[in-house]
Amino acid sequence: MEEILSFVVLVLAATLRVATPLILCAMGGLFSEKSGIIDVGLEGKMLMAAFLAAATAALTGSAWLGVAAAIVAAEVLALIHGFACITHRGNQVVSGVALNILAAGLTVVLGTAWFARGGQTPPLAGDARLMPLAFPGAGDNVLVYLALLSVPLSWWLIERTRFGLRLRAVGEMPLAVDAAGISVMWLRYRAVLLCGLFTGLAGAYLSIAQNAGFSRDMTAGQGFIALAAVIFGKWRPFPAFAACLMFGLLDAIAIRLQGVRLPGIGEVPVQLIQALPYLLTVFLLAGFIGRAVAPRAAGIPYEKEH
Amino acid sequence: MTAPRRPLPAWADIALLPLVNIALAFVTVGLIVAAIGVDPLQALRLLVVGALGSSEAIGYTLYYATNFAFTGLAVAIAFHAGLFNIGGEGQAYVGGLGCGLAVLALDTSLPAWALIPLAVAAAALFGAAWAAVPAWLQAWRGSHIVITTIMFNFIAAALMVYLMVNVLIAPGSMTPQSRNFADTAGIPFVHELLGTARSPLNLSVVLALLCCVGVWFFLWRTSWGYALRAMGHNREAAIYAGTDLRAMTMLAMCLSGAMAGFVGVNELLGVHHRIVLDFQAGYGFAGIAVALMGRNHPFGIVLAALLFGALQQGGAELAFEIPGITREMVVVIQGLIILFSGALAHLPRPWLQALLARRG
Repeated sequence: MEEILSFVVLVLAATLRVATPLILCAMGGLFSEKSGIIDVGLEGKMLMAAFLAAATAALTGSAWLGVAAAIVAAEVLALIHGFACITHRGNQVVSGVALNILAAGLTVVLGTAWFARGGQTPPLAGDARLMPLAFPGAGDNVLVYLALLSVPLSWWLIERTRFGLRLRAVGEMPLAVDAAGISVMWLRYRAVLLCGLFTGLAGAYLSIAQNAGFSRDMTAGQGFIALAAVIFGKWRPFPAFAACLMFGLLDAIAIRLQGVRLPGIGEVPVQLIQALPYLLTVFLLAGFIGRAVAPRAAGIPYEKEH
Repeated sequence: MTAPRRPLPAWADIALLPLVNIALAFVTVGLIVAAIGVDPLQALRLLVVGALGSSEAIGYTLYYATNFAFTGLAVAIAFHAGLFNIGGEGQAYVGGLGCGLAVLALDTSLPAWALIPLAVAAAALFGAAWAAVPAWLQAWRGSHIVITTIMFNFIAAALMVYLMVNVLIAPGSMTPQSRNFADTAGIPFVHELLGTARSPLNLSVVLALLCCVGVWFFLWRTSWGYALRAMGHNREAAIYAGTDLRAMTMLAMCLSGAMAGFVGVNELLGVHHRIVLDFQAGYGFAGIAVALMGRNHPFGIVLAALLFGALQQGGAELAFEIPGITREMVVVIQGLIILFSGALAHLPRPWLQALLARRG
């Protein structure tokens, strides 16, 4: 009994740690998609942020400068995405794919040039890492709490502020927002910048809090899982948060189930559990488990009439 | 900023604009190369020599180009139907699985002349099947094909790891790869036929060229191809013209998946002669860049595939020659080409208009 209890506690603690980057990333994606800008580039932003966080922390010895660098890195990519999709009305998916590929290459190229460690940054220790907070009952670092806070904050911003109202409107019917004399472009840019902020924090968490350094392709699809969580949460903060926790739980279980034979079922392939978020999203999108309706203007560049 | 786009002359639209886009990408690459302390011109020279400087190098370039042609065609076919297939990566992977399974099942009982066509067909079939599911989900259930094909890439990766580690691994092997195909089950290398320098270039390159011609013929010379393009051009009009959009979605995606599946033919049947992990890595995504650069036309795709093949091979040589540069520089270039010739395709348009207006 005690064994089961400690197993449950360990898994739940692991769940939160694994889910933290997903939650931050999903909240970022949520803002972008709410405004009508599809973001398949969450992965690339998070990867670039993770790299620059670790690189900066390694060079300066300061975790907080690392966090700042991560945010700057993600914001630069967010601005490129905005420039391509909002200002130049380019294809949002193409832009997102391009940024993902760019980040995958650039992190290794720069990493090798700067540190000559095959794309890795030097291992981080001491002040260069975000360590668990010391107050009682808290075993996690500040970004975990920030991720937990980001959910009600996002909900409040989207559902209870004028900015959020307009943001939702611009994702559903940009023409109406434009007709009301509000800039569609500026609203969408703000959404994309918020996305950069959150994905930057997610990247920093990966490389300087959860791990002690950057290794190539360390996001390993988590940006896409976060995107899946946004869809799974039907573009709402709390359900998306729940989806992140569920995907995190699957991941935490997958690690512990490696090689374990379950009574009656046999050995569950770890790969099946890893593929579950993607499978579930496919089922959801197909309407087999409820309906997921995206913001109506998502993916459509806004063209002002003349 | 939102001024309506005035048209450029046709020649500028087809040739000049893409060239300017690629030039912008390469200038950016040059800046990155310079930023990490390497002379861009020297890097460019090494890249060109590395890609084209010897018959061995040319062999490698053409071998890589074969893969890029397949995935470029895959993206282009779907694009003509107005569908964005990001799943080339997964379709190539599963196509290779089909190819490999056919060989593993039959290489002791069938002669090469029967086995190889069968394995090629299996690659097409598996690739098409992997694309058919997202296509069906879009056509009948209204799922977004971009998202489902992304998800299917990850599902394919998980499936392949499972199969390689648990099912297909050669007995006694420590690395997850299948047993070797029988000696007869391989596509002949070009160097064996022509006596040129050794390289992985094999007759799959002929299959790629046939596919280019076939896709061109299908899209521009058959009624199905016409209906497919009509659907991509104007859905409403296609509906009024009586086109079955669901059937066309299935057709376009299945053909697209089959093309991507042929990457498995080049890699497994042509070079590795066994099923290995991650043989498709990156080709599916690069296909987007190839199709964008080739303007979704088979002829353009041949040119773009050659350029990408040369980049891949030249990049490898470059990484070998200059310690500060890694192969991933090629990935950076691919990303920038997708960015500049896709998402930012219209960025230089106002400049070109101003330039041409002044001259005219």
